[in-house]
This record gives sequence, C-alpha cells and structure tokens, in this order.
Amino acid sequence: MKNGDDMIEIKNVSKWYGDFKVLDDCSAVVSKGEVVVVCGPSGSGKSTLMKTVNGLEPVQQGEIRVADTVVTDRKTRLTALRSRVGMVFQHFELFPHLNVLDNLVLAQTKVLKRPLAEARERAMLLLRRVDMEAFSEKFPGNLSGGQQQRVAVARSLAMDPMVMLFDEPTSALDPEMVGEVLEVMMQLAREGMTMIVVTHEMGFARKVSNRVIFMDRGRIVEDCPKDDFFERRDERSERARDFLDKILQH
Amino acid sequence: MNYSWDWLIFLQPSITGEGAYGYLLLRGLLWTLAISSLSWVLAVAIAAAVGIARTLDFVVLRFLAATYVNIFRNIPLLVQLFLWYFVVPELLPTAWGTAIKRMDPLLNQYFTVVVGLTLYTAAKASEHIRSGIESVSAGQKQAGRSLGLTTAQSYRYVILPQAMRIVIPPMTSDFLNVFKNSSVALTIGLLELAGATYQLSEFSAQPFEFFAAATLIYMMITYTVILLMRAVERCTRIAGSLGAAS
Repeated sequence: MKNGDDMIEIKNVSKWYGDFKVLDDCSAVVSKGEVVVVCGPSGSGKSTLMKTVNGLEPVQQGEIRVADTVVTDRKTRLTALRSRVGMVFQHFELFPHLNVLDNLVLAQTKVLKRPLAEARERAMLLLRRVDMEAFSEKFPGNLSGGQQQRVAVARSLAMDPMVMLFDEPTSALDPEMVGEVLEVMMQLAREGMTMIVVTHEMGFARKVSNRVIFMDRGRIVEDCPKDDFFERRDERSERARDFLDKILQH
Repeated sequence: MNYSWDWLIFLQPSITGEGAYGYLLLRGLLWTLAISSLSWVLAVAIAAAVGIARTLDFVVLRFLAATYVNIFRNIPLLVQLFLWYFVVPELLPTAWGTAIKRMDPLLNQYFTVVVGLTLYTAAKASEHIRSGIESVSAGQKQAGRSLGLTTAQSYRYVILPQAMRIVIPPMTSDFLNVFKNSSVALTIGLLELAGATYQLSEFSAQPFEFFAAATLIYMMITYTVILLMRAVERCTRIAGSLGAAS
C-alpha cells in the first residue's frame, strides 16, 4: 500500500469472456471519500469493471485492492470483503419474499452476526434516512421502483460499507422517480461515502462527482476531474466527445 | 350388452375367504397410499439434494448428480422395478441376497417398489428443482453474494425460498404421478389398488363395478393432491407478486 488515502486500486486488469476481451488493461485509483462516475456506451465494460471490485466478476489478469484486501488474491475470503462493499443494482434486487425490514435485517444477522434487536434498530434508522420508514412491513412487490431503490440503498448501508458501488441505479426507473434516488445518493456523497457510480445521469456527475471515468470497448479512455471532463471538451478524446454530444443533446 | 350390474358385490365375501370384496379393495388402496406416501417423501428429499447439486460450482458433484438423473430418468419404470426385484439381489454379496430372499415376501415387494419408485420419481423431480433454482434471476444471486452471504446462506435465505414457490406446479404433477405409477407394484405381485382391482374383478366376475370403483378412488386421491398443493401455493404466495393462485 503506497498511499493511506487509497480506498480502491485497480491495476492492469483484463478480463475475457471466451475470446472476447471485456476489460482491456484497466487501471484506476479511488481515494477515500471520492465519488467517481463511470460512463460510456453500453457494452463498454463499465458494470463489469465495477463488479470486479467486490469479486462478483473474477478477472484473469491484473490486481484489485480494496482497503487492505487484495480482491484478486485466491486466498481472500470474498464474503468478508463483500459485506463491507455495498452494491446497488439497476433492477433493485430486493428479496421479493421478505418484507422491507427483513430485507435490511437478513445480512446483518447472518453475515455480521448482529443481534436481531440491534439489526432492526439499525434498519429502522436507515429506512428513516431514505424516508421509507412507513413501509417497513411492506413487500418489495408493492413498492414503486423509486421506493424499492431507496430501500436497496438502505439495505447496503445497513452493512456499514466502506465503499458503495452503484450499477446504473436510475436506469430502470420511471423519470419522475429518478430524482428521489439521486437525492439519497447526493446525501451519501455529502457525508463522505466513497462511491463508484455507473450512470448516464450527467447532471448527477456534474453536481456530485469528483472524477469521471469514460470507458469504451473495455478500455478506460478518460479518467479526469469532472470539470475537465465536462468543460474542457477539446482536450477529450474523440470517442468521449462523441458520447458527450449524444448524451447532452437533450 | 348382457351384463348384470351388482353394486352390492363389495359387501359380499370373497371366494378366497379373506373377507368382503370391499375390504380387499380397501386393502389395495392402503398399499397404494403406503407405497406412494413413503416414496414421495423420500423422493422429495433426494430430488432437493440432487437438484441443488446440479446448480453448484462443484464439478464432481454436478457430474454425479447428472449421471444419476440421466440413468434413472431414461429407463422405463417397469424395467427399473424388474432390475431391483430380479437382478440386484443376485448381484449383491450372497449373504445379502439370501437375506433379501428370506424376508417376508410382502415386505420385500413393498420395499422394492418404494426403492424403484423413489429413485425414478426423484430423478424427474430433481430436474424441476434444478430449473426452479435456475429461474431465480442472476441479479438475486448477485445481490445475495454482494451482501456477503455464503453460498449456503444464499441458497437457504434467498434462492431456495423463491425456487420453492416456482416449483410447486411442476412438483404437483410429480406428486400425482407417484400415485399413478405405484400401480407397477402389481407386476411383482404386490396387490395395491390396481392389482387388487384386477384380481377381484376376476374372482367376482363383476369387473365393471371394480374398475369403476378404482377409477373413482384414483381420481379422488389425485384431486385431493391437487387441492392440497393449491392450498400450499396460496399460503406461500408472495405479497405483491403475480402467481397462479392469485
């Protein structure tokens, strides 16, 4: 470990699905408290890169480190790491057979071995934070997309993560619900959470992120402070400019 | 057609002197229930283990489970029963084979049918369980893992509770098939419902009454199973989800 502030270090990571190279020699560092937005056209490897951070996607080459844990080391107990790396999915992935409260309690009691009462208390506290307290007894199927995603964020936070990963958290939402989820994420960022966010919400990137990583065909094409990314367009690569033109047109 | 119906035949004593015809038919029914219920309980346990094994990352376990399924699913039940009854005792060490042959013949037949029916039913049902597990979305599995749940915890708390609900309808037909397939027992001489019906219709010379009764009884059993499984489906339905029992 070189720098005490480094939370995540991705070093020369490559990954193949059969003959297809999904990640091509990717390297990046995320410091503690930093919010990094990853964007790029679909199929460029953004989600895959993010899922390598908690070992959901194994890699064939390179090294990944989260705090003191080397994710790519075969001897690493991934379950322990994953419990400290929160992840929010595009399709929420709340457990449909458990009510909201139990969704938040399950991993707290089974993975962190918290006593039930304490886990419930923590769950209610976080539900209050995402303004879902009144829905603790509801089942996910009875909630709107935005509500489900806020619960999903709370479920991750219940594990006291050191990092939060967001995989297109607003892409599956109806437009009028995007705001409420982004609001929760902004609040998290303000509180100093280290976050990697794969998203096409450039408004969020502009307002909240520190850095933007742009990917294309499995490579990290741009990795720069957000102001450079959005304001100094002439310094950007052609692919990035092309992408920004398309996405910012509307 | 010149057939004289006699529905009171069930009350008359059998020509074998073992009791009334109705009583003998009832005895057949009890054998059917005894074979089917034990086979079903054992089959569900084996099917769950095999079905789960086929979805794990363990190559050896997966291979063994697949081999079992492919063998027992692809040989006709009747052939399997003959193998268990006539062939296997000869292949076992002599002492074991002799012990089996000296068993009470009725118990010997009963356990042979249970073994054959269980392994055949479990092979088919395990495929339903496997496809149920596979139909739980990849996102759910990732969500479980991303929270730090171990594989065993993921199965127990996330995957199986959802898969179980998915497999209720296909498992209902497996359950029905156990009752219907239990009739193969008659081929090795165990007079369960079908066997008893066949024999008693010969003895009494009133085949229509006996086959009518057997048909009704089989339909009553299977309809009871259907109602039972529907109730299970209703009770386990997840709030806010679409289900067949809604």
